Amino acid sequence: MFSQEFMRNALLAGTFIALACGVSGWFVVLRGQVFAGDALSHVAFPGALAAAAAGVDERVGLFAATVAVGAGIGALGRTGGAGAGRGAKMAAAAPADDAAIGTVFTFILGVGVFFLTLFSTSSGGGAGIQAAHTLFGSIFGLAAGEARLAAAVALGATLLTLAIARPLLFASVSPEVAAARGVPTRLLGVGFVALLGVVAAEATQAVGALLLLGLLAAPAAAAHRLARGPFAGIALAGLFAVVAMWGGLALAYAVPSLPPSTTIVVLAVGVYILAAFMGRRTVMMRGGAS
Amino acid sequence: MQADPTLTWNVGRDVGEVLEYHFMVNALLAGSIVAVMAGLVGWMMVLRRETFAGHTLSMMAFPGASGAALIGVPATWGYFVFCGAGALAIGRFSGGKSRSWSEQSATIGAVQALALALGFLFVNLYGGVLGGLDNLLFGTFLGVSDGQVLVLAAVTAGALVVLGGLARPLLFASVDADVAGARGVPVRSLSTAFLVLLGLAVAETSQITGVLLVFALLVTPAATAQAITARPGLSLWLTVAIGLVVVWAGLGVSYFSVYPAGFFITAFAFAIYVIARVIVGVLGGRSADLKAPAPESPPPRGVIA
Repeated sequence: MFSQEFMRNALLAGTFIALACGVSGWFVVLRGQVFAGDALSHVAFPGALAAAAAGVDERVGLFAATVAVGAGIGALGRTGGAGAGRGAKMAAAAPADDAAIGTVFTFILGVGVFFLTLFSTSSGGGAGIQAAHTLFGSIFGLAAGEARLAAAVALGATLLTLAIARPLLFASVSPEVAAARGVPTRLLGVGFVALLGVVAAEATQAVGALLLLGLLAAPAAAAHRLARGPFAGIALAGLFAVVAMWGGLALAYAVPSLPPSTTIVVLAVGVYILAAFMGRRTVMMRGGAS
Repeated sequence: MQADPTLTWNVGRDVGEVLEYHFMVNALLAGSIVAVMAGLVGWMMVLRRETFAGHTLSMMAFPGASGAALIGVPATWGYFVFCGAGALAIGRFSGGKSRSWSEQSATIGAVQALALALGFLFVNLYGGVLGGLDNLLFGTFLGVSDGQVLVLAAVTAGALVVLGGLARPLLFASVDADVAGARGVPVRSLSTAFLVLLGLAVAETSQITGVLLVFALLVTPAATAQAITARPGLSLWLTVAIGLVVVWAGLGVSYFSVYPAGFFITAFAFAIYVIARVIVGVLGGRSADLKAPAPESPPPRGVIA
């Protein structure tokens, strides 16, 4: 398996992308921003297609679109940590701007369809394949240079997330106290979503715009179920994501009819389901004991 | 509706030309049915802040359609089976009393990712017909058959009857779940029932608009109407009106253009949303008053123009 060059590239890029997804995903789940992450992942699609239609490298479009929309969501949203720690009522716990997020990213998807048509009329053919790659990823198709660049960017995003981890955690758990202590919560919120945009653009190349939510949300949600402390949780989320990535790549390599994006996401969700059951059992045991 | 004459840019003859074609008539009929259904269900969805769940259910239509194609049954079955199953799964696993929003949304996200992964697998196993994939994801407004229109009408009628029956307790449970629960309203089963209804609406809508653009009709008109007015009755009618105008205008314009209907529909819907938000924002800024009597009359006119 390791003798194949495309496999080595996929493993190199995949490992760091998974790590970045797991680590930033932990904060996404904590801050109740899964829907924002979802929106970002969909925005990657029009971004890539617009770049393709304009004839520039699709990664330029990817990063431009996700980071811009990420900063926009961060700036407009009142989501910043509002969901965390609140319980019970569904209506009260959901952030108030979910309809706004939905509206905006539907429009952006519509623009993506426009670019898809534009691209297919201007270049003739190739648009369908381009669209499919963007939506569902093509990790086995990464060239060595692309893989190295992807790994470096993903590693950078991971380190940056870890660097702001402490103040971000503070700002997420109790925004008012953090603000009172002089933590720039607003800036952190915007910065984090912009960073998430970078991660989303990276992960789009691996598992695709539609599936990256699995890598972002599922390992992190599993870690939230199992780990007590925040830093154990972050480590566990990164670990789960990397394990899902490795397992998925190996499985897709062994069974050619399975696409790697599917196996990676299915494994990630599988980890989450396992964690949910284990978490439920411990909760029940704890409940029974007390 | 008064919006009918504004169907195209240069009225009269063009409308006649559009209506001469059977496929356009079917598309308009199907689009109108879908706009009404999606508008009413979407209004409730936006009110209940279940936009993310609705989005996930709309993604369910993708594995539904590709799975149906794989085993060779009509796509409609796949849509309804997967959307129904997805609604039950979300209702079952994320609706717990002790769950916070962040945990619920993580669960919904996991469900969505799994569904999409399955869908992609089905497409791959089917042999990866990419043109079909585009249609699946972005819709085939202009390829609606007579039979589909009938099915759409029947499902819509059924769903609207159910929604009508549930409306009062559902509204109660949506606005204040605790009080409703204390009064004996079965909040939890209502929530699941509504999700199933949402699944039906999405399954139906996505046949026309495609999986990715369902939201244009489900969330945007409702979000616009609820931004304009807080009165439930008025905003409900406004939702349906906006949905119909957007569908008609989008289909009409796309007939005269090379670009797809899905783009025009989302673009018009979003434009109306932005205009409404700006107008409401300006008026609200001028009279920072909770009752806000002003926004009720002017914005609708601005919206339809």
